Amino acid sequence: MPWDVVAKSLFILVVAVAALAPVVTWVERKQSAVMQDRIGANRADLFGIRLLGLLHPAADVLKLIFKEDVVPIGANRVMHLVAPLIAAVAAIISFAVIPYGATYQFGDSTVNLVAADIDWGLLYIFAVGSLAAYGTILAGWASNSNWSLLGGIRASAQMISYEVTMGLSVVGVFMVFGTLKLTDMAFAQDATFRLLGFLEVFGVVDHLPRWLAWIQLPMWGVFLQPLGFIMFLTAIMAENKRPPFDIPEGESEIVAGYHTEYSGMRFGLFFMAEFIEVIVIAGLMTAIFLGGWSIPYLPQERIIGALEPLFGSGMANLLCMVAHVSTFLLKVVFMIWFQMVLRWTQPRFRYDQMMDLCWKILLPLSIANAFVTGTIILLVRSYGS
Amino acid sequence: MSVDVALFYLFAAMATASAVAMVVNVRNTVAAAMSLVICMVSLAGIYVVLEAHLIAVVQIMVYAGAIVVLFIFVVMLLNLRQDSFPPGRMRGLKFLGSLAGLWFLARFLATQAEYLPQTVALEEGFGGYRHLGMALFTDYLLAFEATSLLLLAAIVGAVILAKRRLDT
Repeated sequence: MPWDVVAKSLFILVVAVAALAPVVTWVERKQSAVMQDRIGANRADLFGIRLLGLLHPAADVLKLIFKEDVVPIGANRVMHLVAPLIAAVAAIISFAVIPYGATYQFGDSTVNLVAADIDWGLLYIFAVGSLAAYGTILAGWASNSNWSLLGGIRASAQMISYEVTMGLSVVGVFMVFGTLKLTDMAFAQDATFRLLGFLEVFGVVDHLPRWLAWIQLPMWGVFLQPLGFIMFLTAIMAENKRPPFDIPEGESEIVAGYHTEYSGMRFGLFFMAEFIEVIVIAGLMTAIFLGGWSIPYLPQERIIGALEPLFGSGMANLLCMVAHVSTFLLKVVFMIWFQMVLRWTQPRFRYDQMMDLCWKILLPLSIANAFVTGTIILLVRSYGS
Repeated sequence: MSVDVALFYLFAAMATASAVAMVVNVRNTVAAAMSLVICMVSLAGIYVVLEAHLIAVVQIMVYAGAIVVLFIFVVMLLNLRQDSFPPGRMRGLKFLGSLAGLWFLARFLATQAEYLPQTVALEEGFGGYRHLGMALFTDYLLAFEATSLLLLAAIVGAVILAKRRLDT
């Protein structure tokens, strides 16, 4: 039995699903309250203790568990039951390939902080994401309600469109790092590059101010592929169907869309899946674009090299691991915060606006981005040092 | 029996059962489409057992994820329900047909078993995106470009067909 895989999966389940997801629902409410100058969720109390409203997630879960589970007349019972399970399971298992730490040496054994270290890690996330669409679509179909059906149709059109741009917008990243493996991408980002490095090929460096040549940036995806970062974030947020892309559940038009006919914990699963996906998106964006676990300007060898004389090899690796995992979690929290800011500042797109954004703006831009990236890589390889 | 073989039989049984379920559920279109999804995912599992990892993941992304979603999209747009189809005919003939198919399969396995694929040793990195990319863009470049041209023609044709209805 591979106990390390079990331990890593448990870590993901405990940190991402059990601990972080309820907190994210609280953050969503509290942050919206702060941004809208309200007091926000603070009513749930246990013997007078309110903890800034942190008890609300517990109250929510208790309420959802004890609420009556209604299946509408004429609904397809099996599919009505399976749909929220597909949504929740797909959201949870996406986390398997996201690295939350580097590789560490403890004596003879190597510890590698990712549950499934597979060569096609990013494609795995796309594949699981494309299966997650069935949760939404089946919920819309099986409920035997026109509002749900409309939500399901909108969801299937939206998710299939944004899947295309989601894949194409990171092609530039594949080219830059030369891999699809998320752990390798994170390792590649644990370095720095000179800002003017690739301009030397074109011979324009001499005309620029000298101090520019001193600038070194961490080799993060966001600096190498800034356009890819924006496009991928847009596409993956649209894939998660949260505002401003929540057309499948647009309350002002189709009641609550695909989950109109869901109640109790089955609705809770959809709700949970959405918030777990927020965390997965944050983890994925961190791994691809924000350097994953790496600490800027402090590569892993340097940290371990500095700590080893003081504490010995095992302890140095352990301290480095703690630092890396904390850095990763910090970046994930930042990306969650960033998604929440977007969610509470943007109004919902109209359906045609959303489709135009996907097919007429993001798709041509991502193809152009891949083309330009390829050209620059080719020039640097053939004329560079 | 090794884990690989056990997994192969598991996925093969799932693929066969879901394929049968798709045909049986032909009147309940969404159930049939979902059986097709299970069949596609089981096939992807078989590809993983055969070390063709990239093909497996593309199978899920493209076939299970995108194409069947399009099927379901069309089904939901047309709002097909169970009573949209006429009652089945020629039940006896269908039954005889499936019996004949089973007999053919049994005869094939009994007489031609030695022609079934044998396991061979695989080279390092087989089935990864590097190998596939090298093969596609060197040895099979012409076929690859011809396929992309074919797809482009299909897209242009679809646009023309859609535009003609909009113009009138």
